[in-house]
Amino acid sequence: MSGNELISNKVSDKSIIDLIDLQIDQNSKIAELREQGREAFQRIGLPANKAEEFRHTPITRLLQKNLSLEPRVNPTGSIDSGAVHIPGLDAYQVVFLNGVYAPDQSSLPSGSAVVVRTLADAVRDGDTVALAHLGKYADVQTDGFVAWNTAAWSDGVFIHAKRNAVLDKPINILYWHDASGAEVISLVRNLIVVETHAQVEIFERYGSAGSAAHFSNHVTEGFVQSNGFLDLYTLQNDAGNRYQYAFTRIHQEPTSRVNTYAFTFDGKLVRNTLQLALDGEGIESHMFGLYLVAGNTIADNHTVVDHRQPNSFSNEIYKGILEDSSKGIFNGKIYVRPQAQKTNAFQANRNILMSDAATVNTKPQLEIWADDVKCSHGCTTGQLDEEAIFYLQARGIDKETARAMMLFAFAGEILDNIRHEGIRHYIEALVRERLHQ
Amino acid sequence: MLSIKNLQASIGENQILNGINLEVKAGEVHAIMGPNGSGKSTLASVLAGREDYEVTGGEVEFRGKDLLEMSPEERAREGVFLAFQYPVEIPGVSTINFMKTALNQVLESRGQQTLDAVSFLKLMKEKMKLVEIDQSLLNRSLNEGFSGGEKKRNEIFQMAMLEPRLAILDETDSGLDIDALRIVANGVNKLRSASNATIVVTHYQRLLDYIVPDYVHVLYKGKIVKSGTKELALELEAKGYDWIKDEVAV
Repeated sequence: MSGNELISNKVSDKSIIDLIDLQIDQNSKIAELREQGREAFQRIGLPANKAEEFRHTPITRLLQKNLSLEPRVNPTGSIDSGAVHIPGLDAYQVVFLNGVYAPDQSSLPSGSAVVVRTLADAVRDGDTVALAHLGKYADVQTDGFVAWNTAAWSDGVFIHAKRNAVLDKPINILYWHDASGAEVISLVRNLIVVETHAQVEIFERYGSAGSAAHFSNHVTEGFVQSNGFLDLYTLQNDAGNRYQYAFTRIHQEPTSRVNTYAFTFDGKLVRNTLQLALDGEGIESHMFGLYLVAGNTIADNHTVVDHRQPNSFSNEIYKGILEDSSKGIFNGKIYVRPQAQKTNAFQANRNILMSDAATVNTKPQLEIWADDVKCSHGCTTGQLDEEAIFYLQARGIDKETARAMMLFAFAGEILDNIRHEGIRHYIEALVRERLHQ
Repeated sequence: MLSIKNLQASIGENQILNGINLEVKAGEVHAIMGPNGSGKSTLASVLAGREDYEVTGGEVEFRGKDLLEMSPEERAREGVFLAFQYPVEIPGVSTINFMKTALNQVLESRGQQTLDAVSFLKLMKEKMKLVEIDQSLLNRSLNEGFSGGEKKRNEIFQMAMLEPRLAILDETDSGLDIDALRIVANGVNKLRSASNATIVVTHYQRLLDYIVPDYVHVLYKGKIVKSGTKELALELEAKGYDWIKDEVAV
């Protein structure tokens, strides 16, 4: 295919390539990676209509319709400092404003046991760990958004927990878009490296001001060494005109522990691609998800658990409550490679539809090549149990409270698994507020 | 207290209640008996406000108010209590949390002071003794994994907490062994007073050995076809329901 054909067929892809060229820098150490991303994007482009991985999420159409994708520099913008801190939650803060690190709003851990700095700085200073891992896990060749991000990421956070380092409190990362003046597109790239017996908790949040459309294309790569421990929370609760593609891939070594939590409570389109590669024995991975959405929100979670070695355990529970015309998509792939005997993999997706216009598409995909494994999956979609609501009403509880109690109990299976108490209280309060309980 | 006049109700196309008349006064215990499919549970459900049933005629007054106009929760707040034949299991909602929400909403609707956590627990411990129920059970998800007897005891515990004016026990004896039956009946008897009333819906006379009724009514094909005192229940036990059917047919 010649370049001209590509341009004529995919106008938006061409404009993204112009965007990429505008942002590409000349750092020799990652110039090659960026060039790979650019080439891959040129080949792949944005997902075609009905592309398999985006069958129920018309992301390209929505981006074309709602964003101009014109080459230009993001507005500088400002951030409401009240949005930065969660009252009562003691945490380190890393803030990005329109994709640019905001040092004034950030407070990083001191000492050298856990390095938290911007990825751009780490790369510029030639941090050998950052350079060794960057681009190693996120595959540029299959995912157009990853290719675009790899070519043109502006900044992000680099977290490096060294051997035996246990961080005393979570790292809160806030991705803020000030879309009050113009559209914002941010390309954030994160890298998390957790060494042996190190332990970190990361809590990502999104927020915005203004009414213009804004898009974030985030790629996070994680590497958790043997006996390392990573808890990764992501909360999308942006009431603004937010479109999101977030790709996360974590590579786990033997006897490491990873817990991921994906909460989607708001946004126009929220697509999370989460991939865990279990590359060793004795690994334990938990993936929890809760999407509680209304309006026209599309909440799409595509997950992959790749069991590459024997004797590991993965557990995945995603639950959804869908109101109005909202749409939930769950796709859960579990791969069990031929050598990954004695794998134990569990997956469940449960949904409650609160209106006739709400929809859910759920698809478990298990590909098992080993013969001595325990794998189970299940998905359900239904309405609230009317008999149970009547039971609560018959004891004097009004219908609205009865429904909220039932929904909160349904969400409880996810909320109860939040290990960090402060984060749990914060998320629980958000859910209660949403359910008017 | 309760006055039912010519009550008719249907579910879908089927008319189930064909004109029920019943007067219940404070301090009384009424037993509603009848063969399967006679409409006993429908009557209990309609009184509690289950939406599956459509009331097609008649009226029900409860303490001078139109009961049929009220939502299920309003009926509960007025003092109507239905002990379910099949108590619902609700994962993730503990009995304690559920009861606290319910009791406080009932108290609030009556303009009474709601209970804080301490006074609620104190009240709860008192009422637990009535039905010999263990607190560990109440900490668990509502009815989830409970045995049949535990579920029914939980119903009577809830009744004790809410202190209804009119308790309707829908086949509370079904699935209970004799010990559980005795415990449940004891609980009900301890809650009886001159100011409240009880309707016991049952297929068998057995429960009425423990909860002794003032009146016994026989329901057949959606109508009360015979009323009497507790001796009527014994007669039904001895003779079965066929003679009633024959009598009605004649």
